[in-house]
Amino acid sequence: MKVGYYPGCSLEGSASDYGLSVAKAAELLGIELVEIEDWCCCGASAAHSIDHLLSIALPGRNLALARAQGLDQVFAPCAACSNRLISASVEMKASPELRAKVEDVTGMPTGEEVSILNMLDLIQAYGHDELKAKVTRPLEGFKGACYYGCLLVRPPKVVQFDDPEDPQSMERALTAIGATPVDWHFKVECCGAGLTMAKTQVVTRLVREILINAETNGAEAIVVACPLCHQNLDMRQLAVNSQYGENHRLPIYYISELIALALGASPKQVGLDRHFVEARERIASLGASGKG
Amino acid sequence: MERIGVFVCHCGENIGRTVDCPKVSEEAGNIRNVVHSVDYKYMCSDPGQAMIRDAIKEKGLTGVVVAACSPRMHEPTFRRAAADAGVNPFLCEMANIREHCSWVHEDIDAATTKAIDLVRVMVEKVKQNEPLFPIRVPVTKRALVIGGGIAGIQAALDIADGGHEVVLVEKSPSIGGHMAQLSETFPTLDCSQCILTPRMVEVAQHPNITLHVYSEIEEVNGFIGNFEVKIRKKASSVNNALCTGCGACTQVCPAKKIPSEFDAGLGHRTAIYVPFPQAVPNKPVIDRDHCVRFKAAARKGVPVADVTTCGKCFEACPIEPVKAIDFSIEDEFVTEKVGAIVVATGYELYEKEDIGEYGYGKYPDVIDGLQFERLASASGPTGGEIRRPSDGEVPETVVFVQCVGSRDRAKGLTYCSKICCMYTAKHALLYKHKVHHGYAWVFYMDIRSGGKGYDEFVRRAVEEDEVKYIRGRVSRIYPEGKKLVVMGADTLSGEKVRIDADLVVLATAVKPSPGVDSLAQKLGVSYDQYNFLTEAHPKLRPVETASAGVFLAGACQAARDIPDAVAQASGAASKVQVLLSSDELEREPIVAVVDENTCVGCFCCEAVCAYGAVERKEIRDRDGNLIKTLAYVNPGVCQGCGTCVATCRSNSVDLAGYTDKQVFNEIRAL
Repeated sequence: MKVGYYPGCSLEGSASDYGLSVAKAAELLGIELVEIEDWCCCGASAAHSIDHLLSIALPGRNLALARAQGLDQVFAPCAACSNRLISASVEMKASPELRAKVEDVTGMPTGEEVSILNMLDLIQAYGHDELKAKVTRPLEGFKGACYYGCLLVRPPKVVQFDDPEDPQSMERALTAIGATPVDWHFKVECCGAGLTMAKTQVVTRLVREILINAETNGAEAIVVACPLCHQNLDMRQLAVNSQYGENHRLPIYYISELIALALGASPKQVGLDRHFVEARERIASLGASGKG
Repeated sequence: MERIGVFVCHCGENIGRTVDCPKVSEEAGNIRNVVHSVDYKYMCSDPGQAMIRDAIKEKGLTGVVVAACSPRMHEPTFRRAAADAGVNPFLCEMANIREHCSWVHEDIDAATTKAIDLVRVMVEKVKQNEPLFPIRVPVTKRALVIGGGIAGIQAALDIADGGHEVVLVEKSPSIGGHMAQLSETFPTLDCSQCILTPRMVEVAQHPNITLHVYSEIEEVNGFIGNFEVKIRKKASSVNNALCTGCGACTQVCPAKKIPSEFDAGLGHRTAIYVPFPQAVPNKPVIDRDHCVRFKAAARKGVPVADVTTCGKCFEACPIEPVKAIDFSIEDEFVTEKVGAIVVATGYELYEKEDIGEYGYGKYPDVIDGLQFERLASASGPTGGEIRRPSDGEVPETVVFVQCVGSRDRAKGLTYCSKICCMYTAKHALLYKHKVHHGYAWVFYMDIRSGGKGYDEFVRRAVEEDEVKYIRGRVSRIYPEGKKLVVMGADTLSGEKVRIDADLVVLATAVKPSPGVDSLAQKLGVSYDQYNFLTEAHPKLRPVETASAGVFLAGACQAARDIPDAVAQASGAASKVQVLLSSDELEREPIVAVVDENTCVGCFCCEAVCAYGAVERKEIRDRDGNLIKTLAYVNPGVCQGCGTCVATCRSNSVDLAGYTDKQVFNEIRAL
C-alpha cells in the first residue's frame, strides 16, 4: 500500500510523538508514505476565521501539489489538517468559481479530486483483519476509551466520517490490536482545543469531565487520533489536578502509538517518553516494553 | 369567422401588482378575431363570471380566453360559465398570467409584455379548438381503503354505512393501527382501546366490508370509477376459515423472545402470534423469519414440507380432522374491482439510529412516545405501571424531550410533528397521576396546543399536576451510575441545565409509513420530500389527490392527531360516496385519437402506453376478410398523456384538445 503523506506542522513540532509513531506504524504495516514535496500550512485554526479564500487556498495548494505529484490519496494524520483538506476539497467541488480563484492564487491546477484519509480512514483502508494479522504483541487486557473530539467527525456533512454522535472506527482498530475499548459517553465532547492558550480554565474544566467519564467507565487510558486532543488531555492533566485538587493519572495514547507497539515497536521508538502523563508503565506491564 | 373574447383578471393584487392588466386587455383587443376584451379585479367571482356569460350572448362569442391563474385552479369555473352561455366548454381556455408570470417576475413592463404574449398564444390556440364532449364511463360502486388504523377504519365504516361495499387492506395481522397501542387520549383522557376496539369489531361484522389483513397492494390498474387492484395476501400459515382463535398454538410456541411490535419492543411475542388480545381478526399468523420450523427449512435450503422441526403449534391445534395450521400456505393474490381508493397508511416514528446524541436505541431507559404509551397502558408489558425498561424500577424523575427530529434542519426534517406537544403533556400528566411523588420535566421549543380543549389540557398539566416545563433543547444524554444525565439549556434564563433522570422519553418526529412512496407510485399520487402524500389543493381539496378517484385520510398526508385523522377520513369517505352515487362518470375528453386512414398498425403506441389504453382494431371488407389491423385508443382508459402522439411514426395519433395544429398555432403566435 502506498499513499501520499501530509504531516502538517504538529507532527513535526508539538506532536512529534504522533509523527514518530505514525512513521513507525506505517513502516511495520508495510505502508509506504510518500510525503508531498514542498507542502505548506493547512491553514487550520487561523486562516478560516480570517479569510475564506486563504482558508481554501492553503489546503488547496497542498492538494494541487499532491495531484501534480501523481498522488490520488493523501493521508493527513492530524485531524485539523484532514478536516481542512476535506473542507477545501468539498467546497471546490461545489463551486467552480472558488476553484477558479484557488487555481489563480496557487498557479496550479486544483486537486479537489484527491481523496483525503485521516488516521482512522487509513486503518480502515488497510483493513482491520489485515492489521490483526500483523500483530505480534497483542495489547491484551488494555482498556482504552476512544476519544474522537470534534474535528474527526464534524461537520458531519463535510467530513462524512463514521457516526458523528457515536463513532466506532477507533474501537474497531483497538479491538484489532487485542485491546478492549470501553463503552463511555464523552467520545465526541469538546476538549476546548481552541481555548487552550486564551482560557485555560475552560479547557481544564472540559478536560476534567472527559477524564472523569473515562475513569468511571473503567478506562485506564484514553486513545486519540488528533494532536490537539492529545495536547489538551495530556498536557493539561496536571493543571486539572492542581486546580481541582485531584489526582488524575490517565495516560493519553495516539492510536498509532498503540498500533506500532502491538506490531513490535519499542516505547521509545514511538515517543512514549515525550508524554506529560507517564505512559510507559502501563505498556511495560503488558510485556510490550524494551525490545525492538 | 371566429369571434373571441379575452377576459383579464387582476386576481386582487396577485396579478395586478406586477402586470398592467388594463394594458393587456387593450393589447388583446388588437389581436385578429378578438372582438371583446375587458379586465376585472376578480374574474372568478360571480360578477366576473357574469361578464363572460353576458359577452358571449351580446357579442356572439365563439371562443373565450381568460387570462388569470393556473388552469389547475379555475379552468372548470370558467368553462362552466362559458357552457352556461351556450359555448362548448372546450372552446374556453386560460392564459396563466399568475403562476407563470406575475408571481415569478418583478419588472412590470417585462411582465406585462409577457402576459400579452401568453394571451396571444391562447387566442391562437382557441382559434383551432374544436368542441369536445365529455366521455361517459360506468362506475364500479365499491371502494378500497388502504390501511386499517383509525383513519382507515373510520373511512371504511362511513362508506360501508352509506351502502357501498368496501375492501379494507391492512399490512399487519390486525387492524387498529397505532391508536390500539395508546393508553389514554388527549385532551379528555378517554381510554384509547375503549373507544377504538368497538369500531374494530364493527368493521369485522359489517356486511359491506371485506377485510384483508396481513396483505399489501401489489398493483393498481385502471382509473377513476374503474380501478383494478391486485392484493398480495401474505402467507399467514393459518387457515382462517378453520381457526377459532383459541390461542392454543401461541401458548406452546418455543420462540418466545421476539420483540413485540405492538409493545414497541418493550414486551415479547411468540413466532405464531396474535398482535394483541383485542386484535381483529383474532387469528394468529406465523412470523416465518422467527419460526423454528421455517428457519430450519431456510438453513437447510429445502421446502418447509421437508422438515419436521418443532411443529408444536400444529400439534396443539385442537381443530379436527384438518388442523387450522398449514405450513404449506403460500402468498395468495386477489384482484378487487373498485371505483374509488382511500389511502390511510399512517405514520411511523423517527429512526433510533439517527439520534445518537440522546443514546436512543443504546440506553434502555431512553424511550420514545409509543413506548411510553405501552408503559402507561393497562394492556402493556407492565400492566400500566410506569416502570423503566432497564431494571423495572419506578422512575422518580422523568424527562420528556419534545421536537426530537422535528423542526430540526440538521436532522433533515423541517416540519412540526403537531401531535407531540399534546401527547407529551398527556404523558407527563399520566406519569404524575401514577407516581405522585415523582418529578416530570419537559424540554420544549414552543407549546403548540391549538385545538378544542388542548391549551386547557396543557395548562392543567402545568398548574394542577406540577409538570415542570423548560424552554430549551437537550444537547446530550449519557448514563452515570443508574441515572441518565440530561444536559440541556434553559433559554429563558440563559442557564445550562443538568437533570439526573431515571427515564427519558423522546417525542420523536412523525414520519410517513415506510414504503408509502412505492405505493404512491402505483397509485400515481405525488408525495413531498418527506414522503407525505400530496393533496390536490392544500385548502380547498384537502382529501383529494391529483390522481382522480384516489383520496387521502390521516397521517399519510401530514402529521395528524386522532380527531383530525377521523375528520379527514370522514371527509374522504363523503367524497367517495359522492363519486359512487352516480352510475356513470363524466371524464374530460382529452384523449388520444387515431387517424384510421394513415395508421399503419406498427403498434409502437401500444408499447409505450402506460395505461394499457391502446387496443387492436380489425378492419374488414364487406365479405369479412381482414384488410388490416389498426391501433384504437380506448377513451375510457386513456389518460391523455400524449406519449403515443410523440411516438407515432406516421403521425397518425393526435390528442384531442392539444392537437399538433393547436400547439403549432400557439408557437407561431410568439
